[in-house]
Amino acid sequence: MSVALQTPAAPVRDRVETPFRRFISEFAESKLALLGLAVFTVIALVAILAPWIAPQNPYDLAVLDIMDGRLEPGARNGADDMTYWLGTDDQGRDMLSAIMYGLRISLAVGAGSALLAAIVGASLGLLAAYVGGRTDSAIMRVVDLQLSFPAILVALMILAFLGKSVMNVVIAIVVVEWAYYARTVRGTALVERRREYIEAAQCLALPTHRILFRHLLPNCLPPLIVIATMQVARAIALEATLSFLGLGVPITEPSLGLLIANGYEYMLSGKYWISFYPGIALLVTIVSINLMGDHLRDVLNPRLKK
Amino acid sequence: MTETPTLEVRNLRTHFFTRAGVVKAVDDVSFTVPRGKVLGLVGESGSGKSVTGFSVMGLVDPPGRIVDGQILFKGQDLAKLSDEEMRKLRGNRIAMIFQDPMMTLNPVLRVDTQMIETVLAHEKVPEAEARARARDALGMVGIPSPEERLKSYPHQFSGGMRQRVAIAIALLHRPDLIVADEPTTALDVTIQGQILAEVQKLAATTGTSLIWITHDLSVVAGLADDIAVMYAGKIVEQGDVGEVLDHPLHPYTHGLIGSVPSRNRRGEPLRQIPGMTPSLLSLKPGCAFRARCPRAQEDCAEMPELHAWMPGRLARCHHPHLEPREEAA
Amino acid sequence: MSVYLLRRLIQALGVVFAMSVIVFIGVYAIGDPVEILISPDADQIERERAVRALGLDLPLWQQYLVFLGKALRGDLGNSFVFNEPALQLILQRMPATLELAIAATFGAVLIGLPLGLYAGLRPNSVGSKAIMAGSILGFSLPTFWVGLMLIMVFAVQLGWLPSTGRGDTAEFLGLQWSFLTLDGLSHLLMPALNLALFKISLVIRLTRAGVRETMLMDYVKFARAKGLSPFRVTFVHVFKNILIPVVTVTGLEFGSTIAFSVVTESIFAWPGMGKLIIDSINVLDRPVIVAYLMIIVLLFITINLIVDLTYSLLDPRVRLEGK
Repeated sequence: MSVALQTPAAPVRDRVETPFRRFISEFAESKLALLGLAVFTVIALVAILAPWIAPQNPYDLAVLDIMDGRLEPGARNGADDMTYWLGTDDQGRDMLSAIMYGLRISLAVGAGSALLAAIVGASLGLLAAYVGGRTDSAIMRVVDLQLSFPAILVALMILAFLGKSVMNVVIAIVVVEWAYYARTVRGTALVERRREYIEAAQCLALPTHRILFRHLLPNCLPPLIVIATMQVARAIALEATLSFLGLGVPITEPSLGLLIANGYEYMLSGKYWISFYPGIALLVTIVSINLMGDHLRDVLNPRLKK
Repeated sequence: MTETPTLEVRNLRTHFFTRAGVVKAVDDVSFTVPRGKVLGLVGESGSGKSVTGFSVMGLVDPPGRIVDGQILFKGQDLAKLSDEEMRKLRGNRIAMIFQDPMMTLNPVLRVDTQMIETVLAHEKVPEAEARARARDALGMVGIPSPEERLKSYPHQFSGGMRQRVAIAIALLHRPDLIVADEPTTALDVTIQGQILAEVQKLAATTGTSLIWITHDLSVVAGLADDIAVMYAGKIVEQGDVGEVLDHPLHPYTHGLIGSVPSRNRRGEPLRQIPGMTPSLLSLKPGCAFRARCPRAQEDCAEMPELHAWMPGRLARCHHPHLEPREEAA
Repeated sequence: MSVYLLRRLIQALGVVFAMSVIVFIGVYAIGDPVEILISPDADQIERERAVRALGLDLPLWQQYLVFLGKALRGDLGNSFVFNEPALQLILQRMPATLELAIAATFGAVLIGLPLGLYAGLRPNSVGSKAIMAGSILGFSLPTFWVGLMLIMVFAVQLGWLPSTGRGDTAEFLGLQWSFLTLDGLSHLLMPALNLALFKISLVIRLTRAGVRETMLMDYVKFARAKGLSPFRVTFVHVFKNILIPVVTVTGLEFGSTIAFSVVTESIFAWPGMGKLIIDSINVLDRPVIVAYLMIIVLLFITINLIVDLTYSLLDPRVRLEGK
């Protein structure tokens, strides 16, 4: 009796799958995440190009006509050469232009401080994991202490100490957010640093900073990216909240939060658009980022990987 | 005329409709369990033996579904019953014991709660009486000072004790049939022995029929009357337990027995079955075992029928071990 | 158990101490205390006399000891604006904030738990997808903007609910409460809902995740195998297990609810301590700021302690380990 033994088929290789390509194709699996990406791209473009595409420069008091104050959406201006598609505020400022410029500030402050927090937090997290011992427990003590208080409270505390200014808002957001990055990066790095490639790098006597940033950090990136996405959204929301409370950016260059606050008093008299549209802009921005982040978490979560 | 068997399963098919495709976990399975008898349902993990058990219990969850076949319990087709009718039988006339005793009891409810609710789910009796029944059941499975133990939480019991509690719960209504899904696999060998002896005694005294699902042939050898061997969703061999274990017909059963250490074959190397259990998703037509089978030939590309090669001996194979039987000791 | 409690108490004292140092440094070292504590109209001689009187010429650690000693006696200075003891100001406004936060927490559980339960039990239904989409929205919507929209719709457009204030209150346990009068209740509804919004999403997600996880457990299948009714399986076997994380998180979140009431109180002009602190930061009324921060730290630590103890009461496994 002869038995035809089947040899396992050689793995089919149609094209090289790099981690990056795999990530892209997995990200593209979710239509919602793609929608989020598309919307966010448009928002970012509008924010960047605001000075060139906005109908009006909302900071230039010379072009504002106080007679056009609080006009309804769709109204024409006094000279009848432009339409206020989203209405005007109390100073006759075109809301559409104000929102475009406001987005610029909200995104810059939000993304900028989230980035700064990522750098500070990731560095400290890496250091804690790599050095261990007292450094580790000292850093993590601070992280624990801070995470046990809500973001808004920590931010209020910082602003109460330092006073109101854009710079202090950035500082407040960084102080609020660095701990999330530090905790996440430390957790991943603790696992990664026991891997062989780190031992190999140590055997080669590479300088510590090289091991940390060239070897350890890239392998901690997936959770870092997830946290960073979520934290950008949180930073934008926090900035808006602080500005709304009157503790953030100055009235001369309003972010979305301040625009909403400005419209607050007119809301009771039914002039909803001054608050409503900046709020929609803020909402769409945050939702688009969260849609991406929600899916990124699934794609980059090693526990869900086979 | 013969007595109606406690359970008769005819051409059962339970399929799982997953995103990756249809998994035919149980595909045309038939067997009979007479009153007071023990059927050993044997197979590797993924062979469909547990799904068969859950099908009998009516506990197949989506995306799984019984697509065809009859499950005749004392002549009544369970597959046709409504959810509520099935619920009334479950835990009452048909009980189940699970594999991992650490996981089967709810960690946040006391043992008495979990026992009394079982009594009250099927009978309207005062709570004091339900409690007395629970206490007696614990005593029956050999738990010392049952009155006090009733007030404990599951985590205060050892694994073996927890399995005894689970068995006591299964016995509360003196069921006609117990489906036992590898109930001793997670236990120490000594505890395993005690529980097997306990169950055997109970089945004999109460006339309860048992389906004992396991991958452990030695358990089946000591406990079962009949055996059914499953492979990739189908029964490949069936018959009297002594006959099958002594003279297996199907090469798979043959291989299974050969891979168990035995005193009779001391010094000989253990024979392993080469290869791995096939994925039920990518099952090719024909005999599922043929890629691993030493006796496979061209005609195995066609699925063999379950054929009675000898009286009471069924095997699903084109080339069974019919030759005189020195090799399978 | 008592060893555990003692250890937790010592930890709590450590945190209070650390926070008092941070707040002290924040207010008295980073900011210029002279500017903060002394009227700007004062001339040079008056300033120096005040500096000496306030002990600001002493080394920092001595100043801290003085601050600590006064704080322990409940003296956190007088408000510049109200010229009243800061602590007293805060305590007067605390019941209003607590009422709002408690109402929001209860609302979050009452709304979030059933929705999360439904979404967990029928994960593929249209309803549960809508609930989950809503919860993403709940996480993303800026609280303050939702507050404005609530006012716009229910107060301005429909005129169903009053837009601001606390309404009529009634006395209970020596304090004034809104929820005891119909008018007060109508004032409470919108701010409580606004504050609850984020927590509703949180409770929905927690409950859903818990239900889905628990439904897969063997003990749920075993409960079904015992022939229990679906109702009992869901509401006794599943529910009791998911209640533990939900209660823990809602409890821990109670502190953050109090902190976030800052925003809600500002929008709805709710006369609680959150509104007071924003006003105080805006006019740099630092004694009030210090008093608020110290009170809230104490509140947080108390809440964490209570949640830990409740947790151990709910979960028999933890209870045993603590002994």
